[in-house]
Amino acid sequence: MSQTYVQRSRAIASRLLGNEMMVMSVTDSTFFTLNEIATVIWDAADGCTGLSEIVEQKICPVFDVDLETAMSDARNFVDELSQHGILTVSNQPKNFTETVNIPA
Amino acid sequence: MTLIDEMSLRALHLGVPFSAHLDVTYRCNERCIHCYLDHEDHGEMTTAEIKDVLTQLSDAGTFFLTFSGGEAFMRRDFFELLEFARGLLFNVRIKTNGIMIRDAEAERLLQLGIEQIQISVYSHRPEIHDVITKVPGSFRRTIDSVRFLKSKGLRVLIANILMTANIGDQNRVHSLARELGVAYAVDPTITPMMDGSTSILNLRISGAELHSVLHDESLVDDVGEFCAPPERPDDTPERIPCGAGHTLIYISPYGDVYPCVQFPMPSGNVRRQKLIDIWRNSPQLNELRSIRVKDLPVCSSCSHAASCSRCPGLAYMEGSMRGPSTADCEKSFYRTGIRSQNMIRRGLTVPSRPLIQIQPAL
Repeated sequence: MSQTYVQRSRAIASRLLGNEMMVMSVTDSTFFTLNEIATVIWDAADGCTGLSEIVEQKICPVFDVDLETAMSDARNFVDELSQHGILTVSNQPKNFTETVNIPA
Repeated sequence: MTLIDEMSLRALHLGVPFSAHLDVTYRCNERCIHCYLDHEDHGEMTTAEIKDVLTQLSDAGTFFLTFSGGEAFMRRDFFELLEFARGLLFNVRIKTNGIMIRDAEAERLLQLGIEQIQISVYSHRPEIHDVITKVPGSFRRTIDSVRFLKSKGLRVLIANILMTANIGDQNRVHSLARELGVAYAVDPTITPMMDGSTSILNLRISGAELHSVLHDESLVDDVGEFCAPPERPDDTPERIPCGAGHTLIYISPYGDVYPCVQFPMPSGNVRRQKLIDIWRNSPQLNELRSIRVKDLPVCSSCSHAASCSRCPGLAYMEGSMRGPSTADCEKSFYRTGIRSQNMIRRGLTVPSRPLIQIQPAL
């Protein structure tokens, strides 16, 4: 199975309230609150780290959940948020080429 | 209760300023006859100062951020401020007259991810709109801006304030909004000037006109429910009167902090204190937060207590933030036909103008 890379959209508003992350699409005003595990995925969704890597390294060691269940829940979460354009999904990591201004 | 309502309630319990209204300038390119502001610049915050305030709001947990004025687009750095705010992931809304928004500005607002732009339209008749704004051609430019924004797919809300000069036009403005494919909201509230002057209150529509608006099925979703006699849930006495100062905060172009844009009770200034210190420690805000419906000497015994739109800011401008807001007494009466406690105490069968606030001593 190919790797999945997820990235937070820029067309969102978000804020941590207490221990819950609020996320809102600014295009259709869909509003979500994320639980702790979803927040970990959200924070790690940089477009460069694979979803399975996020689950294996940041969720399973911290939360009391087995890998298979965690991966299934993570995919469902990503599917739902990507349908609203809140997360973008790719099978390729984001290109991290940066432009640097070098002083003359 | 919606999920946003639930989060707002959580913000209340956590003491978070969930929604902020920031006026970046009081300068304006219109001179609306009902405006409550002094348009002279008395020392607006600089770009750096506003960015610092935005960072502090973000740190405090603010999610909803409304930029307004004056006319916010009068500031040359306004797009820079918007970009900064969006970088902090606020949900950003703008209130504007739209007349400085053309195609390029609309495109930029789209790229920045602005959630909603609220635009004031007073009439479907250009001559009436322009008389209210005192700017010839303003209607055309405002409606053009709605079209530019709509063509980009941005969400636009037409706000229609009602006053003596445009009463009767609201249904046609509503139709215009539908034609343009944008949302519409009507508001019959005219507030005193921020300096306390009440001269513009003579622009308020009459009681009969208010009754007509409040019972208009094309403006009110469910007139039967909206105008039903008030019910009083058991928890009403323990409720807070409104979110001002609890989850809402207002900051003026000069850094002054108030509980709400319509509540000019000075509570601190971000040029002298950290915003979070004002929010947590202001004696004025803490006094406001201590008030429950049961503490309102007149309104606590009013049959409208649970459903009244009572604005503590308007009450404050009338003399006491614990007193009635007489404009809202009037709305409750014309909505339901049932007298408010303020009217009963004064022996009135219909609201008189001005409906003077009953002070606790009376």
